[in-house]
Amino acid sequence: MNCRSEVLEVTVEARQVEEAMLALLHTILLHRSTGKFHYKKEGTYSIGTVGTLDIDCDFIDFTFVRVSSEELDRMIRKAVSEFKEALSNSGSDGIGQISLEFYQKKKSRWPFSDECIPWEVWSIKVNVVNLANEQERQICREKVGEKLGEKVINVVEVINRHEYLPKMPTQSEVDNVFDTSLKDVQPYLYKITYQITDCLGTSVSTTMRRLIKDTLAL
Amino acid sequence: MDSELSPQDKKDLDKFIKFFALKTVQVIVQARLGEKICTRSSSSPTGSDWFNLGIKDIPEVTHEAKKALAGQLPGIGRSMCVEISLKTSEGDSMELETWCLEMNEKCDKDIKVSYTVYNRLSVLLKSLLAITRVTPAYKLSRKQGHDYVILYRIYFGEVQLSGLGEGFQTVRVGVVGTPIGTVTLSCAYRTNLAFMSNRQFERSAPIMGIIVDHFVDPPCSSQRPANMGQPCNYRAPDEEDGGQFAGVQDSQEVCNTSFSTSPPSQVLHTGKEGGVVLVPAQPPQGADTHLTVEHAPNTPGSSFLSGEDDGLSQSGEGRRDDRRSVSPSDPVESLNAFTRKVGAFVNKPNTQMTIASLDLPFAAFAPRGLDTEENDPMVHPPESPPCLSPLQGSLHSEGSEGSGPQDDFVMVDFRPAFSKDDLLPMDLGTFYREFQNPPQLASLSLHISSQSMADDLDSLPEKLAVYEKNIDEFDAFVDMLQ
Repeated sequence: MNCRSEVLEVTVEARQVEEAMLALLHTILLHRSTGKFHYKKEGTYSIGTVGTLDIDCDFIDFTFVRVSSEELDRMIRKAVSEFKEALSNSGSDGIGQISLEFYQKKKSRWPFSDECIPWEVWSIKVNVVNLANEQERQICREKVGEKLGEKVINVVEVINRHEYLPKMPTQSEVDNVFDTSLKDVQPYLYKITYQITDCLGTSVSTTMRRLIKDTLAL
Repeated sequence: MDSELSPQDKKDLDKFIKFFALKTVQVIVQARLGEKICTRSSSSPTGSDWFNLGIKDIPEVTHEAKKALAGQLPGIGRSMCVEISLKTSEGDSMELETWCLEMNEKCDKDIKVSYTVYNRLSVLLKSLLAITRVTPAYKLSRKQGHDYVILYRIYFGEVQLSGLGEGFQTVRVGVVGTPIGTVTLSCAYRTNLAFMSNRQFERSAPIMGIIVDHFVDPPCSSQRPANMGQPCNYRAPDEEDGGQFAGVQDSQEVCNTSFSTSPPSQVLHTGKEGGVVLVPAQPPQGADTHLTVEHAPNTPGSSFLSGEDDGLSQSGEGRRDDRRSVSPSDPVESLNAFTRKVGAFVNKPNTQMTIASLDLPFAAFAPRGLDTEENDPMVHPPESPPCLSPLQGSLHSEGSEGSGPQDDFVMVDFRPAFSKDDLLPMDLGTFYREFQNPPQLASLSLHISSQSMADDLDSLPEKLAVYEKNIDEFDAFVDMLQ
């Protein structure tokens, strides 16, 4: 099975990085989260309800919709702020990339540990620019808002192709497909990683962070 | 074609499409209310949240949608459209976008209705939530209020896009294949926001006092043309007694929230994904609900009421109770919040005072009990020029009225923020206007400056002579400084 890979690219001001990343990551996760599964006897399960929330950006003329889950929001914010910090520490011409990868776990027999097989990877490339005056910043607010709108349309287009999705698991398999650690929603298993390059294009620091429960991988 | 689809599947599919259409309308209208939407996630399924999404049902919107559908379903050649338009306080209106739910003939015979189609429709609704915040009308709708309001209109049949002007853009939200056709959801939106640029108006003196330039009649009145549509932020003042919805029957529709992961003996289909199917005829217990509605329990607190009789044998609770006693999230407060937040078209003076007492900066501008004809702007149009481009109007409402001849822009009435509307002629607005148009400085006027320039030149030789005479003094001064 091939992993589907999508790349989105945005050019933003330093103070817009966080909100732009949150907007795109949350839009993707909105589509890749379901309600909590409740398994019952005889192999049936019911699905909880996913609520949604409108979020206005402060530095961008944009509003995005995210899943109503404070836990999920906290985890995404944590990843994004680490990315933002790494980006700002790398220098003013930094180019960075944050990746959201959805994967399935495949149980292997002892002594091998479980495999993580990605089935969809979203990479968001970020170019950070510095603006000279307030007028340019105002224009940037609107332009980045429009660009993010285009990216949301791209995301929706890809998702609505209804290509491969892991099949719905039985109760014993659910942790191999979904992240069941949250109490109100259930996203597909995901991990967020990022990479920073300096203006010369060489990789200054490649930092891999795993923000999921399972940290074992071969 | 239908013979290949089992009767149960066909029934389920029709139900999915019907509720999908109703939820689509809810999402679109709620996205144009002008406020942020928030619903809670719930880990326990309640049976009333279609497509496993927390989308509230505004009763008036459901009513309008059902009225438009008139018992039919969106099908091939029969599209359901939601038209969003803008109406200024002067009565000018403009179509902003049209959302179309269509069906084409491309069928996907192998798809599983109860599971795959349902989940894909859920994903499509999520996409709709995201895309409704992206089109240009969203920003306009967030700024609606005093200068303009956003209206919606639902119609069924052929898609009409002519009102969107030239160069309109289309964005496709998504498609879902079903055994009877492919459901597509798209939006066509206007890009040309130039608004009635050939409208003539007369410049007038700055206005003193209160201006009434608001609609005060409810939109259901006969004054409004029939095709205007409902305002997105209107709430019927008599919603409490439910009299408006006498046609709603007491039956309830519950949605499927139960799936199977393995093929049990009662299963109807086995699927490729592991036989996910509805298990019929389970005894109703608590929150378990099933799609076969005949067996559906008397789920209390379903927030959805159906308008037609599907042959349900169960008895529903009183519709008013249903609306009030819903269990998921915080619907009572939110529903009350909907009813409390009064839009521009309510003619109840006391509710308008409620607006003023809310913590809104422009609360003072809400019209006050102005039902009489002499204040009706339709009868006596106000003197101020109407807003040409609504976006411009909202940006320029801080009073650039006297800012010089700009033929393409029409300024709306200037109402300064935080000022009380009193009846005195000299109010804050007048002060602002005068302050922004001060008389020109005398020294800057052209002929005076040229005159002084000539004088300066003439007096120059005299001044030079004086300075040369006092040259010693100047030198001493300079030495002192060093």
